[in-house]
Amino acid sequence: MRWRAVPLSAWIGMAGMALAVFCAVFAPWIAPFGEREVVGDIWLPMGGDYLLGTDNLGRDLLSRLIYGAQTTIFVALAATVLAFCMGVMLSFTAAVAGGWTDQGLSRVNDLMMSIPTLIFALIVLAVLPQELWILIAVIAVLESTRVFRIGRAVALDITVMEFVEAARLRGERRLWIIFREILPNTLSPLLAEFGLRFAFSVLFLSTLSFLGLGIQPPEADWGGIVKDNKDGIIFGIPAALIPGAAIAGLAICVNLVVDWLLNRTASLKGGRGDG
Amino acid sequence: MAELLEVRDLKIGATAYPPGEPPQDITIVHGVSFTLQKGRVLGLIGESGAGKSTIGLAALAYGRGGVRITGGEVRLDGEDILALGGRGIRDIRGRRVCYVAQSAAAAFNPAHRLGDQVIEAALRHGTLTRSEAWERAKYLFGVLGLPDPDSFGQRYPHQVSGGQLQRAMTAMALCPGPELIVFDEPTTALDVTTQIDVLAAIKRAIDETHTAALYITHDLAVVAQVSDDIMVLRHGNMVEYGPVQQIIEAPQEDYTRQLVSVRQIQKPEAPEQSGALIRIDGVDAAYSGHFKVLHDVNVHVPRGQTLAVVGESGSGKSTLARVITGLLPPSKGAVTFKDKALPPRFADRSKEQLRQIQMLYQMADTAMNPRQTVRDIVGRPLTFYFGLRGQEKTKRVAELLEQIEMGKGFIDRYPAELSGGQKQRVCIARALAAEPEVILCDEPTSALDPLVAAGILKLLMRLQAETQLSYLFITHDIATVRAIADSIAVMYQGRVVRFGPKSQVLSPPFDDYTDLLLKSVPEMRLGWLEEVLTTRRMQSAGH
Amino acid sequence: MTQQEGSPGPRIVDLEAMAAGPLGPPPGIGLAAPAAAGLAARPARTWSRFRHHMPLAALLIQRLALSVLLLLAVSVVIFLGIEALPGDFAQTYLGQSATPQAVANIRQELGLDQPAVSRYFEWLGGVVQGDFGNSWASGSSVANQIGLRLGNTLFLAFWAALISVPLAVSLGMLAVHFRNRWPDRLINVVSLGAISLPEFFVGYILILFFAVQGGWVTFPSTVYAGMSFGQRLEAIVLPCATLVLVVLAHMMRMTRAAILNVMSSPYVETAELKGLDTLRIIARHAAPNAVAPIITVVALNLAYLVVGVVVVEVVFVYPGMGQYMVDAVTVRDLPVVQACGLIFAAVYILLNMSADILAILANPRLRHPR
Repeated sequence: MRWRAVPLSAWIGMAGMALAVFCAVFAPWIAPFGEREVVGDIWLPMGGDYLLGTDNLGRDLLSRLIYGAQTTIFVALAATVLAFCMGVMLSFTAAVAGGWTDQGLSRVNDLMMSIPTLIFALIVLAVLPQELWILIAVIAVLESTRVFRIGRAVALDITVMEFVEAARLRGERRLWIIFREILPNTLSPLLAEFGLRFAFSVLFLSTLSFLGLGIQPPEADWGGIVKDNKDGIIFGIPAALIPGAAIAGLAICVNLVVDWLLNRTASLKGGRGDG
Repeated sequence: MAELLEVRDLKIGATAYPPGEPPQDITIVHGVSFTLQKGRVLGLIGESGAGKSTIGLAALAYGRGGVRITGGEVRLDGEDILALGGRGIRDIRGRRVCYVAQSAAAAFNPAHRLGDQVIEAALRHGTLTRSEAWERAKYLFGVLGLPDPDSFGQRYPHQVSGGQLQRAMTAMALCPGPELIVFDEPTTALDVTTQIDVLAAIKRAIDETHTAALYITHDLAVVAQVSDDIMVLRHGNMVEYGPVQQIIEAPQEDYTRQLVSVRQIQKPEAPEQSGALIRIDGVDAAYSGHFKVLHDVNVHVPRGQTLAVVGESGSGKSTLARVITGLLPPSKGAVTFKDKALPPRFADRSKEQLRQIQMLYQMADTAMNPRQTVRDIVGRPLTFYFGLRGQEKTKRVAELLEQIEMGKGFIDRYPAELSGGQKQRVCIARALAAEPEVILCDEPTSALDPLVAAGILKLLMRLQAETQLSYLFITHDIATVRAIADSIAVMYQGRVVRFGPKSQVLSPPFDDYTDLLLKSVPEMRLGWLEEVLTTRRMQSAGH
Repeated sequence: MTQQEGSPGPRIVDLEAMAAGPLGPPPGIGLAAPAAAGLAARPARTWSRFRHHMPLAALLIQRLALSVLLLLAVSVVIFLGIEALPGDFAQTYLGQSATPQAVANIRQELGLDQPAVSRYFEWLGGVVQGDFGNSWASGSSVANQIGLRLGNTLFLAFWAALISVPLAVSLGMLAVHFRNRWPDRLINVVSLGAISLPEFFVGYILILFFAVQGGWVTFPSTVYAGMSFGQRLEAIVLPCATLVLVVLAHMMRMTRAAILNVMSSPYVETAELKGLDTLRIIARHAAPNAVAPIITVVALNLAYLVVGVVVVEVVFVYPGMGQYMVDAVTVRDLPVVQACGLIFAAVYILLNMSADILAILANPRLRHPR
């Protein structure tokens, strides 16, 4: 792959993602203050000792943001990975098996997709205890329905090709066909989908935390920080906008990289000079 | 006589986007020149990639996709249309020069009636009034042999058949009364028996309206029936250009000679019919339980010889292959292999049974995993059936590559790096790797250019002579049948209408369908079409 | 969240699959066929004859039936699904003051000691008559509150839809017209950014600039009975703008993809080769075939709008269904949660079904069968 062929937007996207991951991994070492440390007065403006000012309890906003990166990225990544494993495994099985397996799985998936994600999450979180792993599981299950749909479409595209039939006729086992024939040909679109699901998880988690149903205090992800500071808006304090911008920034970076990936797979543009 | 179309030194280029590399400029047509008089037909013939469609579209000053005309002149009645602006070009298209596409099904707008689309160009250019245009459309429908010419225009594209759509497209091109029509492979996608009707209709329409035409095709026999002159193209260069009689009967260039002689390969008659390797007895088959596709099929594949199954689309020939491989269990009857009954479903068969029956597909592109090298593709059966690995496997793969006339150097290539013919050869090597008794060939040469296809057929015949392989060869092309078959089964609508040794099947007396089929295959000589039309009754409904 | 749920991005979007909608592919292949086969012979024969002669009507009826079935299934999931989840409601309801006796009493009072299935049918019966039970938090009728709030929510969603749909279609057409030139690239970049923004972020920015600093609009966006129409409109300006911004980006990208798809069809090339001018090509050839995919896109996004309303209502403290549901979830007021969930799901399903039906109606193959 030629490095020159990567557009500027993709570089920016990757740089942003790298920054976020860096913060997440090295949070305890790079954050100037502690996550819950009260350092000054409430809602101090940006600049000086506190690069981004202080929040509604006088904690350093920058430090909270860095630790928030850890929480946000960890939870979103965990949920996406889980969703992907479930979704890909189930969708590929459905595509390869066909028949009633496919019908059954698809109908169940359609049923779950006919309730909007946020509503479904609200209903489920209304009854479940407030645990971190439950939150990850809920997001993962909801996302896996989308992954299922894409995975199934992509796998079906490949399954109808003759080389899959040739492998079947050879006598190859189903698992071999899934992993050696189908999966390698679906990597590109699946990778792009992973990126999109991750961006969605970040946004979804932030929304849940903003509504008070996500990460519970004293831990905070970016959405939770927005919730803490939202009352300042009415007084003209922009503190709540900063974690919001972080969320938006990360999502934009991921989308830029995914856009580039999708462009790469949709190659063969222009004339073929056939005939 | 005045030149209607004069093409001088036409150069056409495009931008290629090889994956992972920056875009490159390539030339598709390298300076081609020809002239066309009023009322004459010029056939453009060549294999895929020759540039014939591109040249045809250049006559409308159009480049499909990223294709651009980079040099030369295209003069219509003395005026260089390449130098015209947008308005001028739009004025010419659809009024003086019209285009008939290869796929009429895709070229018609599904949202509008056929009649509206047929008269649209004439109306918009102001050539005819609405009532005049409708009258002309009805007249053309009649000339082209379409059913119910007065009401045909009321139908929607999805309500008529492929052959009818192709003729409707011709009507659409003729309606504005153009000076020139560009026919872009108009009959390639049709069945042979439909093709002859459409071909005759086009020829009659051109003759009656005295329109000049560029007829683009890869089938020399077809173009010989309608053209006055022929230009042979190869890789964007002109190979030979002359009157049709000279090209067909006295070709000058080697390439042209090869094209002319490609249909004349004949397999010598086998001394004796051998015993049956695969027997198919009283087989019925159906999809989803209701839709019956095979009715009481009784054929056998002779040991060490080739059974050619010939039929058009919908005849059930591919379904027969699926029944034999076990993808579609028969609802009645049985398949016997080497005198033992084969389990109807492939999942119930042993590895040995699966190994001995191999398959070749029509589209070699999709028959190979694009992510695997030739080594993996050909090597997998070796590992799977015989447990060969590492050095042993590589050695055997190299041997197989030699057998299919490709060098060892291809062993680490990916399918995308191979040509059409090479891809099919690799598929043959993959089939051979399993050391089968029989190979089911599902139209393996139909998607290939005539010369490349001839090479593949020769290879298959050589392999049969060397290893006593049996073939079940499915095809729709009679010339291919003559070239490779020992016994023939003719199929029509799921039934075998004729089965036996080649000489017997291809000699009279014929049943109706075989008669129709044999007569519909264009022969490489002038005047064949006229002969057939005068001796054959055309079915009134048309296809 | 702003990221679209049902569609990952314009390029992977399979417009055929979109035309199928979350309800699944058009019937005839899926549920309908085996279901019909399972019935007694005579109704099955009548049905297949009906289907043969009037495929359009048959398809519409199938769609309707499928949607009702789906709604029923969703209600089961919402009600019984909650029951299946761990957690003792009586205990949660009482919280700290959960003595065994109190728990037992509450159980009886709330009817939690009855078997789940019978409670489901009781609930379902009530719902059909418009009675959603009583709120655990306030004790008052849920249906009453819904009556007030649903109107507010629909009002907000309606205006957001009215503004965003024409804008999205126009911008999509503009992007296609200037394909790969700077207006298209600009629109692409801006929309990419917009779909990455969380709703609350957009909302608070708007509040900060227009309400607090600009002082042009009031915050929070309260509406109450007795307000005039004009006053209502004024109150929802900011929440509406937030919703529009959020939905517009998604919809626009998808309409662009749909129109582009149609413009690269072979019959558009044929029209060009007939020498027709651009306007005629777009109006007569591209537009009729773009209607179905665009309707699907619009419906998908409208369905999403229903969900986006929730966050926006919380941000702007707007008295709608979204606010109601979120508050209920926070205090675990289950009857309210179930009722709101059902209504949201119903609207979502209804919109998707309309999209399917409109797409079916727009398909010439079905309007004019052989």
